[in-house]
Amino acid sequence: MAVDPIEQFQIHNLFPVVTVGHTEIAFTNSAAFMLAAVVGITAFLLIGTAKRSLVPTRLQSAAEIAYEFVATTVHSTAGSEGMKFFPFVFTLFMFILTVNMIGLIPYTFSVTSHIIVTAALAITVFLTVLIYGLIRHGFHFFNLFVPKGVPIYILPLIVFIEILSFISRPISHSVRLFANMLAGHITLQVFASFIILMGTGLGAVGWAGGVLPFGMIVILFALETLVAFLQAYVFAVLACIYLNDAIHPGH
Amino acid sequence: MDPAATMAAAKYIGAGIACIGMGGAGVGVGIIFGNYLAAALRNPSAAQGQFGNLIFGFAITEALGIFSLLIALLLLFAL
Repeated sequence: MAVDPIEQFQIHNLFPVVTVGHTEIAFTNSAAFMLAAVVGITAFLLIGTAKRSLVPTRLQSAAEIAYEFVATTVHSTAGSEGMKFFPFVFTLFMFILTVNMIGLIPYTFSVTSHIIVTAALAITVFLTVLIYGLIRHGFHFFNLFVPKGVPIYILPLIVFIEILSFISRPISHSVRLFANMLAGHITLQVFASFIILMGTGLGAVGWAGGVLPFGMIVILFALETLVAFLQAYVFAVLACIYLNDAIHPGH
Repeated sequence: MDPAATMAAAKYIGAGIACIGMGGAGVGVGIIFGNYLAAALRNPSAAQGQFGNLIFGFAITEALGIFSLLIALLLLFAL
């Protein structure tokens, strides 16, 4: 195949690597896009809320919609006590959404298609749940693993399954986002390479027939835009559900 | 038989087998949308309130299919 669908995920240094002691400090294209996302979000929210007029401008309206959307999600899944985690969830949602959307632009780099990024985010959520739960409830936090009203003779099995599902949370949480972005981008690339393969293999007939995979790309791109938003939303909602366990343990 | 060729053949066969898992996700997404539609036709006034849950369930289920596609893609391109 002429086009390697994995090539778009390659990380390369934008500047020469600086070595401080034994630590290598590198500024990669991944870091550049993360920085762009953070600067973009900050500018959007700062400029959007600068005027605070009663009749909002378009930008202020958009900023308010984003705020309201996440605020209702947090409130409905984690309760009013969960609102203290609102800044955390809002940051997660805006960062993942922006990074996903930037990644959809051709010739850019999709940061969330690397599992190290999503795993870092998921482990942050996992540790927050664990540490906050332990500080807040002490050993009562482990009631999370003991459902009420279960017959005593199957309780050990249930507890084992509950602990296993708790530990596997960061894995499924991170792989879901990473796999969706990776698979989506590879699918687009593979369909794009069909056009090239048909054109170079069959000549003029092939280029004309390339309309079919091209139409498929348009449809898939619409789906990918939906997925980019949905996965950011799902990540935020799951973070809320997990945080709800830390706030209200016990079934 | 050439070991490298056997290896490549096994990779392609494995990728094909891994994609069977996507069928399960297809069934799941069908059940979700089918049940939503059935419930929405029974009580159309409540349908709008459950749209968020529909999309959430769709995303969770679809991700499971993506997992098996990921295994197939890893077999094809990364390993």
